[in-house]
Amino acid sequence: MDLLNALVAFLNFVVIPAASYGAQLAVGALGVTLIFGILRFSNFAWGDTMAFGTMVVILFTWLFQSLGISIAPLPTALLALPFAILITSALLLGTDRVVYRFYRKQKAKPIILVIVSAGVMFVMNGLVRIIIGTEEQNFADGGRFLISAGDFKAWTGLAEGLAIKGTTAVTLVTALLTMAALFWFLQKTRTGKSMRAFSDNEDLALLSGINPDRVVQVTWVIAAALAVIAGTLYGLDKSFRPFIYFSLLLPIFAAAVVGGLGSPMGAVAGGFVVAFSEIVVTYAWKKVITYVVPQAWAPDSLMQLLSTDYKFAVSFSILIIVLLFMPNGLFNKGK
Amino acid sequence: MSDPFLIGEAMTGGYGATDILHDCTIAVEKGQIAVIVGPNGAGKSTAMKAVFGMLNLRGGSVRLNGADITKLSPQDRVALGMAFVPQTHNIFTSMTVEENLEMGAFLRRDDIKATLEQVYHLFPILKTKRHQPAGELSGGQRQQVAVGRALMTQPQVLMLDEPTAGVSPIVMDELFDRIIEVARSGISILMVEQNARQALNIADKGYVLVQGANRYTDTGAALLADPDVRRSFLGG
Amino acid sequence: MNTRAIYLFAGVGILYVLTGVLLSWNVSLNILILGLLSAIMALGVNMQWGYAGLFSTGIVGSIALGGLAVVFVSGNPVPEAFAAGGWQAISGLAVAVAGIAAAVAAWTYMSPGRARNLAVAVILIGGFFLYRGIFDPAVERIEAFDPATHGNVGGFGLNSIWAWPVGGVFAAVAAWAIGKIALGLREDYLAIATLGIAEIVITAIKSEDWMSRGVKNLVGLPRPWPVPYEVDMQADPGFLAFCANWGLNPTTTSTLAVKGIYIVMFAIVLGLLIWLLQRALNSPWGRMMRAIRDNEVSAAAMGKDVKRQHLIIFILGSAVVGMSGAMYVSMLGQLVPGEYTPLRFTFLIWIMVIVGGSGNNWGSVLGGLLVGWLWLIVDNAGPLIMGAATAGMADGALKSHLVDVAPQLRLLTLGVALLLVLRFSPRGLLPEK
Repeated sequence: MDLLNALVAFLNFVVIPAASYGAQLAVGALGVTLIFGILRFSNFAWGDTMAFGTMVVILFTWLFQSLGISIAPLPTALLALPFAILITSALLLGTDRVVYRFYRKQKAKPIILVIVSAGVMFVMNGLVRIIIGTEEQNFADGGRFLISAGDFKAWTGLAEGLAIKGTTAVTLVTALLTMAALFWFLQKTRTGKSMRAFSDNEDLALLSGINPDRVVQVTWVIAAALAVIAGTLYGLDKSFRPFIYFSLLLPIFAAAVVGGLGSPMGAVAGGFVVAFSEIVVTYAWKKVITYVVPQAWAPDSLMQLLSTDYKFAVSFSILIIVLLFMPNGLFNKGK
Repeated sequence: MSDPFLIGEAMTGGYGATDILHDCTIAVEKGQIAVIVGPNGAGKSTAMKAVFGMLNLRGGSVRLNGADITKLSPQDRVALGMAFVPQTHNIFTSMTVEENLEMGAFLRRDDIKATLEQVYHLFPILKTKRHQPAGELSGGQRQQVAVGRALMTQPQVLMLDEPTAGVSPIVMDELFDRIIEVARSGISILMVEQNARQALNIADKGYVLVQGANRYTDTGAALLADPDVRRSFLGG
Repeated sequence: MNTRAIYLFAGVGILYVLTGVLLSWNVSLNILILGLLSAIMALGVNMQWGYAGLFSTGIVGSIALGGLAVVFVSGNPVPEAFAAGGWQAISGLAVAVAGIAAAVAAWTYMSPGRARNLAVAVILIGGFFLYRGIFDPAVERIEAFDPATHGNVGGFGLNSIWAWPVGGVFAAVAAWAIGKIALGLREDYLAIATLGIAEIVITAIKSEDWMSRGVKNLVGLPRPWPVPYEVDMQADPGFLAFCANWGLNPTTTSTLAVKGIYIVMFAIVLGLLIWLLQRALNSPWGRMMRAIRDNEVSAAAMGKDVKRQHLIIFILGSAVVGMSGAMYVSMLGQLVPGEYTPLRFTFLIWIMVIVGGSGNNWGSVLGGLLVGWLWLIVDNAGPLIMGAATAGMADGALKSHLVDVAPQLRLLTLGVALLLVLRFSPRGLLPEK
């Protein structure tokens, strides 16, 4: 029995990656849930919005790199964030003005808006591919490891190494700051409270003099910021490919639904639930189990519940279970 | 001057192609309580909503303090000092009691603490539960939150759509007591009520509507005493 | 059909003729075949949307399942692989299905409480491990057999035309399962749920090599009867004589003839479908379906079992799409899981349905032919057009980049087309009557 090594392996291969992925999903789900709560539709163009935002970050990162600007050991991409947020906000506000606003004024059914967002998805997808092409882009610079596996093993003398990648640390800190900022905004500022009121009871919000256009604009700007941040964090951690963000739609939607569509708290919780479930179910537990059980019981097979190809099956199953048994999600009682 | 403080005069209109109101007049003086009663489907709520600007009038006008406000949107009328408490979905269930009141005062840019205290003084139970989500309160308490929210703009006219719908008799009495207190502070009250007898009891002016038109208009006491009114609408 | 429809179809016809004349008849007929297939898929989707107002994003899953049917029905038998683990794999799957059924039964028939939760958990967890215990070793043995050429369980080796209805059945079964779970949910939840199912189906086809060799691709599937092979035609003396008589090139003529036969076959299926659908639409059942769609609450109040009717439509629509997936793979002769992307299939078909005219069967056909043409012509003509457009530019990174991304322009244009139609002509080119 080697509990210490088991614990380190567990942390290294399960907890840390899940926390990082969960943070990325949480920020993405926050955007989806905000749009759902206030604009009242499921935005199928969300994945490609993230792709667009990340693309702008990459372009600015290249620009800064070529100019020799750097903030090492932090990735240069962080410098690009504000610019990307500005441009993406403009895109989203423009899309709202040209596309979505018409249907809002008509009080169209939510499903119409979903179909419209599929059209927007096509356009954004095409834009991204045309501007940056279809290949993989790696734009993470900056310190590779906060703690490398080798250093850790040297300090502790354990067989298992614990590595914390630079991008993981960046993800966790940035995501945390973003979530804290968003919650502060929603709970403590007048505009934020008016958005919550609008999401809660639109007619009463209008009666209270809350300006619906203003609320919608602020929502799109915040959504743009969330899309850029979530997309960039994911792209830094893994890499950027335009199609990958569409496939993130499913776990992000699952996270938002699990927490309760429209509930920011729920989106964050949902993000971690989905991330941890995906990783726990698709992790090969053989190594950890081998450390924990007596030698005679050590398993031969990988002890993997589902292969990693099926991680979307996990998000999907969680989604279905929640929709069947708790359609309002964990945090929305009787909405 | 002859014009009442708030008057919707000879209103004709509806939500769509068909008219619900026919030449209907509703008015209330400063600091008075005016009550709209009538059978189901008489257009009581519609009349009040018309005064608030929630439907387009084909004919007639609405005047507040002498000024014609017929073309103004409901939000604009809120800015002019009219407050409206809908019958249902009249609070923000996911927000705390205090946040509900803050939202009521959304249009105000000055310090609202004094008004907040006034509302808490009027509805003491709300002060105890100020940090609780409004959706967790009982029916009667939620109505208090709804009315409190409307009062936060320091309105000149408070319009209530069936405030006692679905509450117990004790709570109804309490609610009516509060409404009287509000009126005494100088705010005009325009109220649609299903509980005609109790409502007319506290009313300075009563309007009995039938099929979207005025049938009887008089003081509350006079209407209560009128044998025709009693027979038709008050059960004798 | 009214005059407007005739003009529109004639217009589309002209597009195809022009393609044949300006590019090549091979290209034009190829696009026409795919256009006809898309039209059938659009018909299936139109059933779900036009009749029942269901927005499903799982179309690509049904198409892939149809393709899988061809693999099982017409794939070459691999007796060794099957002997190695076929029956065991099947029993493993049976255990899984039984486990799920038992869990559902326990949930339905036991009263809520601790005992029920425990029972369901035990059944599911126990069943899962039992299924894996039986299934995994069997699959390993199947995939171990000659993975370079096979590594799959093989098929029945029948002519692929038999796979067409089987494809419909596969898709119908999946639709039944999803429908039971996801129908009755809010509309956008159905969209998300069907997105997930399609992802899982495609992932399974990619990863479960024992089924269809996964991403190693399965080739060599036989053509449906009565389509001949070009090489056979070119070797046939009667055919050669025919060509000599008319002064035709045998190679080109054989390819064109094969395509022509596919076109006729697919058109016959399309025609039958339209006939059936039109009859259904105008029947009392069809009127009831549209009544439900237009006012679900009233319909339910009148005692119509809305959920059941929706399920029937969902299954039928998916079956049509599944059948078209089988037709597609039988024509291609191979199953390439990598090409089944939601963008190319699910969302493109949606554009066809909406642009063509949702709720109108002829509209779906028009949409399929027109949008299909638009999508595919860019593959062929796109680089040419972009090359011509950028001819004046100086050579360099930007110009070559633009030419490279020319195919992506179709995403932009089709997205804009969808948005324009939804905004200005939401009922489409051929509106529902």
